[in-house]
Amino acid sequence: MSTTVLEGKNIVRDYHIGGGLFTGPRTVHAVKGVSFTVDKGKTLAIVGESGCGKSTLARIITLIDPATSGELFIDGNKVDIAKGGLTREMRRKVQIVFQNPYGSLNPRQKIGDVLGEPLLINTDRSAAERRDLAMQMLKKVGLGHEHYNRYPHMFSGGQRQRIAIARALMLNPSLLVLDEPVSALDLSVQAQVLNLLADLQDEFQLTYVFISHDLSVVRYIADDVMVMYFGEAVEYGSRDEVFADPKHSYTRTLFAATPRADVASIKARLAKKKAA
Amino acid sequence: MTNEGPAAIEAATVVKPQDARLQMFGEFWHYFSINKGAVIGLFVFALLILIAIFAPLLAPHSPDDQFRDFFLTPPAWQTGGNAQFLLGTDAVGRDMLSRLIYGSRFSLAIGFVVVTTALISGVILGLLAGYCRGWVDTLIMRIMDIILAFPSLLLALVLVAVLGPGLVNAMIAIAFVLQPHFARLTRAAVMAEKTREYVVSAKVAGASHLRLMMVTILPNCIAPLIVQATLSFSNAILEAAALGFLGMGAQPPTPEWGTMLAEAREFILRAWWVVTFPGLAILITVFAINLIGDGLRDALDPKLKRS
Amino acid sequence: MSLLEIKNLTVSFDTAAGPFMAVQGIDLSVEPREVLAIVGESGSGKSVSMLAVMGLLPNTATVKADRMAFDGVDLLKLSPSERRKIVGKDISMIFQEPIASLNPCFTVGFQIEEVLRFHMGMDRAQRRARAIELMKLVGIADPEERLSSFPHQMSGGQCQRVMIAIAIACNPKLLIADEPTTALDVTIQKQILDLLVSLQAKYGMGLIMITHNMGVVAETADRVIVQYKGRKMEEADVLSLFESPKSNYTRALLSALPENAVGDRLPTVSDMLFEPAPSAAGASA
Repeated sequence: MSTTVLEGKNIVRDYHIGGGLFTGPRTVHAVKGVSFTVDKGKTLAIVGESGCGKSTLARIITLIDPATSGELFIDGNKVDIAKGGLTREMRRKVQIVFQNPYGSLNPRQKIGDVLGEPLLINTDRSAAERRDLAMQMLKKVGLGHEHYNRYPHMFSGGQRQRIAIARALMLNPSLLVLDEPVSALDLSVQAQVLNLLADLQDEFQLTYVFISHDLSVVRYIADDVMVMYFGEAVEYGSRDEVFADPKHSYTRTLFAATPRADVASIKARLAKKKAA
Repeated sequence: MTNEGPAAIEAATVVKPQDARLQMFGEFWHYFSINKGAVIGLFVFALLILIAIFAPLLAPHSPDDQFRDFFLTPPAWQTGGNAQFLLGTDAVGRDMLSRLIYGSRFSLAIGFVVVTTALISGVILGLLAGYCRGWVDTLIMRIMDIILAFPSLLLALVLVAVLGPGLVNAMIAIAFVLQPHFARLTRAAVMAEKTREYVVSAKVAGASHLRLMMVTILPNCIAPLIVQATLSFSNAILEAAALGFLGMGAQPPTPEWGTMLAEAREFILRAWWVVTFPGLAILITVFAINLIGDGLRDALDPKLKRS
Repeated sequence: MSLLEIKNLTVSFDTAAGPFMAVQGIDLSVEPREVLAIVGESGSGKSVSMLAVMGLLPNTATVKADRMAFDGVDLLKLSPSERRKIVGKDISMIFQEPIASLNPCFTVGFQIEEVLRFHMGMDRAQRRARAIELMKLVGIADPEERLSSFPHQMSGGQCQRVMIAIAIACNPKLLIADEPTTALDVTIQKQILDLLVSLQAKYGMGLIMITHNMGVVAETADRVIVQYKGRKMEEADVLSLFESPKSNYTRALLSALPENAVGDRLPTVSDMLFEPAPSAAGASA
């Protein structure tokens, strides 16, 4: 029997753009009533192109921004950061990894401090304990003790993303929001990071919300897929359902546009070119 | 590390941690030393600090000693000069060189005190404005705009007139006038850094507002502030000299360069040395510090872009 | 005769830590009417070698080559001003960030016409007619009106179309596209790639496609060069590259594609690196 870690009911997010000198105020509907559930140890992928509201949704799930309306449940508890603050316990449960590995680490903070900071803020552990836990986590994400005292600019993009993942895991979250975690990485590094995420999911029974625009990555990592288009979830189902039989025309457009790197489609293209 | 591939290769080229700070400094020095002017400026400034520290050892006379037989003696190499007074004497027979050497103490002190005061208050205000936004921002920045709307020397003069003339009051007034520049700069830097993902990450980790401001954001805004502080240093010396010249800064017989100029006003045509040397001293100091400021800007800016 | 022929190109940069070799001995040639893809990860030197051809590298770079000839003309022997006449007219380039590549202070029409004035010496009416023709060619609706738009009023895809219009304005013989679709959404990427390939076929240009995306290679290229750390790992026509890659690096790259995943873990590049060939010595240095 599986337990539901994350549930969103009819989540809406509007942005009010204040009127300028010559224009009246406007309301932009970034997310228009999206509902979803994710079970423990599973991965929900949210797919869409830029401006579709997927990053806004990620910030709502991570409890950074409040939703305009709708209900969000984490581990069965209703969370609303607009009313009443956020307990440490809730803050601990959801963590995020960002797309840009160069922007998500403080350039003036050593890696050891990056990893120790969540513990320093949220727990009463001593400096020695924090150090041990950070060292253990470095090892888990495939880095070594020697990296503890270095600054972020000494690392490659893939290594930085490992550090960002390590930081997110320091507080033992139950839900990890991954906002395009591999789209800034090279192909070979992307594979390593995807493998790492899969390993960590198995080890800690983590639940992932994986935001991406890359369908090949989504197909590889997701259990469920939600396709967003202009703030709406136009398609939502299990991975196999969505990829085998896309219902919405936008999903089909998206699939058709994804470049294919298999021999058969190259042959087809070259044949077509010859005929032309 | 066995499953790292290209990443491991890159890591291997990275330096050992103990060398890290050294390497960062080396890199800084590399960019700084490309600017030859900056190195010369740094050299001159270092010399100036040494002169200020060892003033009692270097100065041939006390700055206040009046030699009643030697009013307005020209510099030693001119006819009528005296080897005892290398740069001549002023209208009451005090040795110019000794006064200039002691004057460097005042100028440096003015620079340090003014910049520190302006920096601390400006950074706190700018940090609050940039981080909180909303009405806090509006309130702080409008006050800064009002301060900036006055010609700075005029405002400093008014403040000194209210507080009463004197070196300490002049320094307070100059710090007050320079402080909005720091506030503005900090606010702009904070606003740019605040939306960066590492700040959001720290927030998600549960960091408080105070921690976000002081520990996460502020260290990343330091580079432009260092440059601004250097340039303000020279500005402070100039304004203090101007106030001194107008009789509102350090009071005679303090050997402050601006005050020395003021005392020498009436002898400009008769004795060129009494105005030229204090003027030159101000010029060289300010020029050297500005050169350092430019060098720092060159050295720190690419760093900002890289991270 | 090859359109572009490069032999033993080496580019190094002076840095605080000493010279950095970005490109080490690359040979490359493009035939007329051919689409060559240069594929590699960041740091492979794929853009640097093309910037060297264009003469667009900063002056901290040292470019050395045994031969660098375009259409029979030796680029290394030309004076900077002679070179500028070729670059921009017969060779042109489009970049990754379409919005940043256009000057935000001028209208799109002005920027297209500027190229025409500089290289083609057309008068005002001719320039305007040609600009409208070009906008139609790259698939922008209402070209007459769009000419007076500013870059920030257009989407990323439209800006890239304008960049392409500027690049093909003087009927170049060779078009170099440096990651032309990396900053764009997938559906827009498809449109831009289709546009580039159709223009290439229509005008018989040579096209060099610099990319890190294997999908883009598969969808556009005739021939492919795989680069890693400034060295050429493999050169092959597109079908044989995907069907039977020769170098271990290419094999590793292809197997790292998520769509080729077998089982629930991806093979990573390091599992197969590196062949004990002479090229590996530089790669691990």
